[in-house]
Amino acid sequence: MTNKAIQIVTAARDDNKITGKEIISSLLNDYMELHGGGIGSDDPAIIGGIGLFHQQPVTVIATDKGTDIEDRVAKHFGCPTPAGYRKSLHLMKQAAKFHRPIFCFVNTPGAYPGQSAEENGQGAAIAQNILEMSQLPTPIITIIFGEGGSGGALALAGGDQVWMLENSTYSILSPEGFATILWKDNTRADEAAQIMQLTPRDLLKKHVIEGIIKEPSDHQQVVKNIDQVLQRQLGDLQKLSTDQLLQKRHERYRKF
Amino acid sequence: MNLYDHDNTLTAHHVKADRYADAKVPDDLWTKCPKCGETILTKDLDQYSTCPHCHYGFRISARQRLKWLVDQFTEFDTELQTNDPLNFPGYNEKIAHAQERAQLNDSVLTGKATIGDAQFGLGIMDPTFIMGSLGMVTGEKITRLFERATKDKLPVVLFTASGGARMQEGIISLMQMAKISSAVQHHAQAGLLYVVVLTDPTTGGVTASFAMQGDITLAEPHALVGFAGRRVIEQTMHQKIPADLQDAETLLKHGFVDRIIQRQQEKQTLQWLLKYGG
Ligand SMILES: [Zn+2]
Repeated sequence: MTNKAIQIVTAARDDNKITGKEIISSLLNDYMELHGGGIGSDDPAIIGGIGLFHQQPVTVIATDKGTDIEDRVAKHFGCPTPAGYRKSLHLMKQAAKFHRPIFCFVNTPGAYPGQSAEENGQGAAIAQNILEMSQLPTPIITIIFGEGGSGGALALAGGDQVWMLENSTYSILSPEGFATILWKDNTRADEAAQIMQLTPRDLLKKHVIEGIIKEPSDHQQVVKNIDQVLQRQLGDLQKLSTDQLLQKRHERYRKF
Repeated sequence: MNLYDHDNTLTAHHVKADRYADAKVPDDLWTKCPKCGETILTKDLDQYSTCPHCHYGFRISARQRLKWLVDQFTEFDTELQTNDPLNFPGYNEKIAHAQERAQLNDSVLTGKATIGDAQFGLGIMDPTFIMGSLGMVTGEKITRLFERATKDKLPVVLFTASGGARMQEGIISLMQMAKISSAVQHHAQAGLLYVVVLTDPTTGGVTASFAMQGDITLAEPHALVGFAGRRVIEQTMHQKIPADLQDAETLLKHGFVDRIIQRQQEKQTLQWLLKYGG
């Protein structure tokens, strides 16, 4: 089946999309949420903590778009603030110290582009995540499960592997934004989506991601599929020495 | 001066949101300073192209900056070319045009430089080359700059000027941020100094990666430095934002810049930092 790019864009943004909270609670036993590290404030658009993945402690970090309208506004519709990225880095460094694997689950239109975000160093916060992730001595696997919006997604996708659900995207900006800039016409998003090569299939061809995860409508089944991938891939990554792991991670990005 | 109007990049979008953008490259008889609004006789602009009233540094090409910045320079990687990863209509022509104008293969000039007896890796981004946007060639040149410097145990000085990602290269442009960052981290772990000089404008994916990864971060007076474009922020906020929100001076106040530095002092400041800062 060849889905048109714009249909995948629409599906990635669907209101019935599985959420980061659902993934975490179904995937892990004994999950404990942690809020720290926000440097001055917490950001509800980033959730994370420690839990057991098949008896093994792991650190998980997810973006969250929120449920009702109040929740969504508080979470800037899933656009993390600098505090959110600093919170995620705090969790990642904490995990790395104890060689605990890290799973990131990403569904964000992008980093929050507000005035306070600029004042608090949105660019600097993302830059630090990308810099540190390149060398954190523990396996890092990212699953993009909806929108993978630009630097805001890359800040949680700079590790060893990136996988995507079938109905998800990963791109430098939204197709609407792309169309606006190219043709000064945001209604031509479907043409833009086609050119941008933002679907999992396009990205797999370009070796930007390691693989695609089947996404049936049943959320429990989606989590099972994610579980299988994480179990297999984590097992492989944990067979490597830290030097081998970091060398492979370096090569993953060096090839671009 | 409509240098940027035909460049359909993410960048051009950001720049056009700045109402003085057209005035930022001086060339006519009179030049209006886009920051303080003073009118300057263009021939009174010295070799540094700075405003005598507010010290704003006009947007200049990498080669122009090189003229007064260092004593010696050996250029690297002049032949690298993009492979046009999206088969983007008209992209190769746009590149060819920009290459001819800037006398550069892409939006950064890199090489080994000396000031006095200090040797270092030097990168200068060129805001006149498709708005200094970050594509695979610029990403590769900066990565190799750090790799060579790590191997030769040299510090790196990088002048940033960019509208962010190169839209015509899509996700491959985004991957450059991670590729460069990994090289920066290796350089840092070798205990080597990395000095960033933020120049007008430094935005988007460049701000969200190597522009904000230096040991010491300098900025030119009134340089626009930010992550999101002004128009995007105003759409998000549903209101106007302060005119100086993304000025280097505002970043200094918020702790993201170490020092504001005028062009006339850059050479001696770098010499000092290369001697004592690393
Ligand atoms: Zn002025």
